[in-house]
Amino acid sequence: MIKTDDASAEEVSTTITLTIDGREIETRDGATVLEAALASGIIIPTLCHDPDLRPYGACRLCVVEIEGMRGLVPSCTTLAREGMIIQTNTANVKKSRRITMELIVANHPADCLTCAKNQDCRLQHFASYLGVDQEHCDRLRKSTQVLPVDRRHPAFDFDPNKCILCAKCVRACHEVTCAAVIDLSYRGYDAKISTFGDKSWIEANCRSCGDCVDRCPTGALAPKNEMKGDRSVKTVCPYCGVGCSLYLGIRDNQIVNIKGDKKSPVNKGGLCVKGRFGFDFVKHPERLTRPLIRKKDVGRDVKIDRSNYRDFFREATWEEALELVADNLAACKEKEGPDSIGVLSSAKFTNEENYVVQKFARAVIGTNNIDHCARL
Amino acid sequence: MTNSISDFDKADLLFVIGSNTTECHPIIGRFIRQAVKFKETKLIVADPRNIELARVADIHLRHKPGTDVALINAMMNVIIKENLQDQEFIDKRTEGYDELVKTVNNYDTERATEITGVPQDEINAAARLFAEADSAIVTYSMGITQHITGTDNVKSLANIVMLTGNIGREGTGLSPLRGQNNVQGACDMGALPNVYPGYQNVDNSEIQKKFESAWGCKLSAKPGLTTTMMTDAMHEGRIKAMFVVGENPLMSEPHLNHARKAMERLAFLVVQDIFPTETSLMADVILPAAVFAEKDGTYTNTERRIQKLRKAIDPPAEAKSDWEIINMLAERLGHTFGFKSTAEIMDEIASLTPSYGGISHNRLDTGGLQWPCPNRDHPGTPFLHKDLFTRGKGKFHAVEYKSPAESTSEEFPLILTTGRMLEHWHTGSMSRRSDVLDALQPNGMIDIHPDDALKLGITDGDIVAVSSARGRIKTRAHITDKASPGVAYMAFHWSEAPANILTNPALDPFAKIPEYKVSAVKAELLVMDKERQDNQ
Ligand code: SF4
Ligand code: SF4
Ligand code: SF4
Repeated sequence: MIKTDDASAEEVSTTITLTIDGREIETRDGATVLEAALASGIIIPTLCHDPDLRPYGACRLCVVEIEGMRGLVPSCTTLAREGMIIQTNTANVKKSRRITMELIVANHPADCLTCAKNQDCRLQHFASYLGVDQEHCDRLRKSTQVLPVDRRHPAFDFDPNKCILCAKCVRACHEVTCAAVIDLSYRGYDAKISTFGDKSWIEANCRSCGDCVDRCPTGALAPKNEMKGDRSVKTVCPYCGVGCSLYLGIRDNQIVNIKGDKKSPVNKGGLCVKGRFGFDFVKHPERLTRPLIRKKDVGRDVKIDRSNYRDFFREATWEEALELVADNLAACKEKEGPDSIGVLSSAKFTNEENYVVQKFARAVIGTNNIDHCARL
Repeated sequence: MTNSISDFDKADLLFVIGSNTTECHPIIGRFIRQAVKFKETKLIVADPRNIELARVADIHLRHKPGTDVALINAMMNVIIKENLQDQEFIDKRTEGYDELVKTVNNYDTERATEITGVPQDEINAAARLFAEADSAIVTYSMGITQHITGTDNVKSLANIVMLTGNIGREGTGLSPLRGQNNVQGACDMGALPNVYPGYQNVDNSEIQKKFESAWGCKLSAKPGLTTTMMTDAMHEGRIKAMFVVGENPLMSEPHLNHARKAMERLAFLVVQDIFPTETSLMADVILPAAVFAEKDGTYTNTERRIQKLRKAIDPPAEAKSDWEIINMLAERLGHTFGFKSTAEIMDEIASLTPSYGGISHNRLDTGGLQWPCPNRDHPGTPFLHKDLFTRGKGKFHAVEYKSPAESTSEEFPLILTTGRMLEHWHTGSMSRRSDVLDALQPNGMIDIHPDDALKLGITDGDIVAVSSARGRIKTRAHITDKASPGVAYMAFHWSEAPANILTNPALDPFAKIPEYKVSAVKAELLVMDKERQDNQ
């Protein structure tokens, strides 16, 4: 859904040929130099590039040399042309990248070990990839302003001290979510990410989709309650009928993080607030864990609620509970006929479960009194 | 839907009616917004409320709730009068056009304005914009179906889509957005009183024979009762026992007080669920079930895409997957299903359901498949009705406007419509138990337009008593111009203030869907309401 270059994105058919680091490469007409390189496995470090977002040219890490062009050129905002000859690893390029990276690192808090994005951070990744000179950094290090961390959103925090102003979050909010809640405000040294009028994100009508958090290359935007999983399982969001595909990060039999499935033809990696932050109901203490049987003489009109229901129900084994259900259903069918029994299935259930429930109603009970709340 | 989610990107025009897409189907909502923002796709929104999409629309038709047929008929009136219809499509692919013309002739914009409250020039402009688009998609949701005229509303939309030839091609079609995650699948699987899986009629003797021989037992040819009809049958003592799996009808049914009394009369009630809910706490036996992350299986989304769910964690203590529970119960009642996995269940589904004939779990590992998928080599079907409609030629169903079952009165001067909000879902049994979602949206409220608020002496944040002929609840007033004058709005997620105490159980005669979207109510300050009750 995201378009890089409107007309050209449509016509995938035309390709052009160019040379990167001595390798001849074919790419789609309309691709940027960076896209052409990445597509053929040539690594160019970048912090502000995202295939779903429009090129922005903020981090200056992706500079290359192109024959016939003066100086260093940002590869993310330069369109690839037929016959271009590109170098991504000259001495000049390397030097420029290192200085750029050292400037970023020098201004960045060094609390990696306690940061929520540790090991999942693009800045960390490319800093170690490029190598950063400690002495240089110390020399460059200014007395960084210590700005307050915004913790007002229930699902994520914003630490402006860790922000590298790559504007991925802003572009995500404008181009993907289209909510346009956040923006780059002020200029120069005071530049920062904020909502209109510096209100809290919620007050600024943030939709809490977490797209900005997901794309932030540093710990500036970080989810509050995530942990690293030791395995991940692809599944489908259980909330609405869009059916977004996602990955659950799992450890110790718990869901500890959630990622949208970027390859899904349904949601292309996106999730809404429910799919991204709404799965903690799974481990809610009120989950039913054992069959329950209503105590004798508790009438159906007794007012029972979530706080007192244990007084009116007792725990039972599956054996006992199923026996009771089977006996009662069988007796009712025997005495009043199968159509005196009704079965309600669920639009929250899987196909397989719905199939089994309707088969149960029809084949076992013998009634077509089977419905679900589709209409509601 | 007849098309795919990816089609929203390919249409020249989107017509969204009765769907608050950005809150109820947020990811489709964002695709619509992306198309409007970056593709210059035109957008028409018809909704009584000033919803988010309305604010980025080219035209926002703010019609009165329940007047959809009149609005669409008037748009078709303009299209035909100005000769903007797709005559080639009409001649080749449809029938019943003459009757349609006759009926919509009676809906000139003047009359429509009277009924719908939408100015004439807006109806004209919307009709022209719609007809002039090369490819258009009509998207709707419960705002169209939850009316006594729900079936008529859908027919009207089908009419305007066929009139302009907007079906069977990429970037066109009729897109109902299904509410719950697997409504589509529940219907496909025959969790309906009149059809077996794949919409095969229970009263067709050949179909009956097919299922009888597959399942090895006699089956009933008598169509059963729908949810709302079951409630009446419980009330009248015709239904004595209920088996409710994973639903909470005591939050989702209209006129909850009636539904509760009906359930009280049951001789036996079993509920299978994940939490103690309003419904399960009335049961004789509650069986603990597993949640999505604890089981395997498939869901079918709103674009008919069958996707695989994978077990990620174990259920707590002794909770079990719903299919395992039913399996055990069937066995006790003398009928062994013998399923050992959900993959095996899908194989049986495929063998009996033509549109799922080519589905098996091992084909679903990437991206899923869209039905119809009749055999193992079939790639699935992104859009329906390419060359032929299911019944051959598409039939225009001329429909007349009928007013909603309930209208305002001196006593109940406001119309109430109900729906969902972004942060919560359905009866709230899952989303209200998520810390983040509950922190974002902890309170239910009623949206009231500033003009009405002024008349009623209500200010933002006041606690109000809202009542209809059926019941009364307390909630907080939210004064906003998102509501239209005379039309208030509530989400139905809140057990503290269940909107469905108020709603009207009047049904659409065909689809049996209650008219959730139009109830006559009054709202007054709680203190005033108290005082009056004390004086009575
Ligand atoms: S969470 Fe979503 S809506 Fe909120 S600021 Fe981030 S991208 Fe925008
Ligand atoms: S918050 Fe993150 S994504 Fe946004 S500009 Fe800062 S570093 Fe980039
Ligand atoms: S993530 Fe949101 S839009 Fe996607 S299926 Fe879940 S609830 Fe629906």
